[in-house]
Amino acid sequence: MPRAATPFLGFGRLLRRYGFAIAPEQVSGFMRAVTLLGPRSMADIREAALATLAPPPDRRDEFEAHFQSHFYGNASAVVEGDADEETRVKDDGGADDERIEAEHSQEGGELSSALEQLSSRDFQRDEDRLTAFQRRLPSALPARRSFRTVRTPSRGKLDLRRSLREIVSADGDVPSPLLRRRQTVPRKLLLLIDVSGSMKLHTADYLKLAHAAVQGADRAEIFTFGTRLTRITTALRIRDRDQALARAAAQVDDWDGGTRMGPTLLAFLSVPRFSAFARGAAVIILSDALERGDHAELETAIRRLSARAFRLSLATPLAGDPRFRPATAALRAILPDLDDLIDGSSLTSLTDFILSLARPAPEASTIWKRVS
Amino acid sequence: MPEVNAETVATSPEAVASHLAASRYLADDSLATAIFLAIRLGKPLLLEGAPGVGKTEAAKAVAELLGRDLVRLQCYEGIDAAHALYEWNYQRQLLAIRHAGEHEIDIYDDRFLIARPLLQVLRAPEQRVLLVDEIDRSDHEFEALLLEFLSDFQISIPERGTIRAAAQPIVILTSNRTRELAEALRRRCVYHWIGYPDAEREAAIIMLRAGDVAEGTARAVAAAVQTIRARPLAKPPGIAEAVEWANAATILERGGSPWPEAFRRAIGVLIKDEEDLSYIAPELGRIVEEALA
Repeated sequence: MPRAATPFLGFGRLLRRYGFAIAPEQVSGFMRAVTLLGPRSMADIREAALATLAPPPDRRDEFEAHFQSHFYGNASAVVEGDADEETRVKDDGGADDERIEAEHSQEGGELSSALEQLSSRDFQRDEDRLTAFQRRLPSALPARRSFRTVRTPSRGKLDLRRSLREIVSADGDVPSPLLRRRQTVPRKLLLLIDVSGSMKLHTADYLKLAHAAVQGADRAEIFTFGTRLTRITTALRIRDRDQALARAAAQVDDWDGGTRMGPTLLAFLSVPRFSAFARGAAVIILSDALERGDHAELETAIRRLSARAFRLSLATPLAGDPRFRPATAALRAILPDLDDLIDGSSLTSLTDFILSLARPAPEASTIWKRVS
Repeated sequence: MPEVNAETVATSPEAVASHLAASRYLADDSLATAIFLAIRLGKPLLLEGAPGVGKTEAAKAVAELLGRDLVRLQCYEGIDAAHALYEWNYQRQLLAIRHAGEHEIDIYDDRFLIARPLLQVLRAPEQRVLLVDEIDRSDHEFEALLLEFLSDFQISIPERGTIRAAAQPIVILTSNRTRELAEALRRRCVYHWIGYPDAEREAAIIMLRAGDVAEGTARAVAAAVQTIRARPLAKPPGIAEAVEWANAATILERGGSPWPEAFRRAIGVLIKDEEDLSYIAPELGRIVEEALA
């Protein structure tokens, strides 16, 4: 190995250490690219690295910092975190398990105590309910027709491709023709869970529900939001509930804090990958929707979400009280865009509601305007 | 446009950039470098970015630069091998079987084969540019199918055997990033993230693309569009919309509308979302006036 190649190999190793998925062929591609470009300056090396090592756009800053520290020896360039003023989006997706592990081990005692609380609130009845919910979920979600087709014994379009195969293999005899029709697939399920202080009593239940949903549904995505937005779907894919919840709990930084519902939902919508998931999905926001201050952003976010979603529901624990009316300015403003406004105070009402999503129901505004 | 050898055009990123400019596409250094590397390394080029930043246009410009035909495969949910690779013409096969009677007939003959974009590219005697547009709209299975094609530039038809590319195509994939692409795909490609251009570059693009727009107008449009994009819009305007806005405002101005008014009246070609429109409307006058100043 020529000595000149060492820094390039080292850069690949450095990135891997920080959880970037870099294949050996990408490193060799990087070196070939550097050779092709001259290189005439450090800028060429940087361009070659960006083109061949392909860092994900949301980790581009981190990549730049590693580049600076490796090729310029500027160690202070590697800084974690960003300005607190902005709503941060944390995404556990992708192949960066290593990173998640690192964050996990760094967490202090504060979060461990939150976990103990999770496990101490286990009730046998809830367990059974969640197991039943998980089992029934796949068939209970609303469905849509896919572009893919499946074989059907009757009432379908003629599948010429397969019929012809049959005819040829039967030496020209015409057996009964094969039919296909468009498959129906369950819609995606998106849960947005409020983990702010005012929801403290319910978050543990909600996370258990989310775990059952991820385990049961074909495609489910779970986000938590308080002052920040965190995607915890990957953590909840672990089958063992306690382990999954522990990992999810370790990822969320904004437990029991304030809520910035409008900005966090707008942050959700501004990531194309996330907002694309909401398109045509059954979206449920588990929150009391007590937005502090101006609710204009919340209104915008809910309107956009509603335009994308197949059905947008808000489950609030406050609705468990028979005297509840959507009286706050924020709730009144978003009511016309909600398909459902339901009781989110217990696992029973929530599981029953999710299992009934496929059945049509009157819009939230028609029900709640009559009541209030 | 005559065909040119890819290696003679792509001698350096600067050469690529100047050839692209001749094809009316202004690429920044990073994009020119990525295109240069993709051509010289013989790898597919994966372009990601927000809608309307010119990903598809880049592919068209590369095809023009090389004087090659562009074959476009538009991806969508549910796209499969029969739409991307090949399909047999079953109706004709059935007819042929009926006509043949007792005679032997090869129903897997060329005349029954419908070549879809990927097969078209492989069978073409000369090099083609293949655009796989919006790969993020397709399913994971289709992405996996494409992996095979991208690494070996060949496909297997069970009845016919393996077909290899006569001339290795230049492949450009685009993605709006509505979902994460497989690591395996990213790994095989030269990658580039296209962002929105800065005001100066955007003004230059508008001058180049719009029919007959004064330089001052182009600059004002570019500046206003930068401000508008900084707002939290549902659909931030792309470059094509900015070009249309400059064009539309120019036409209105020639029709007798004074300047700020012409911009305001033509806003419908820039912002195509009713909610965004009502959000930006109160500020629009000020934004345009500042841009014109």
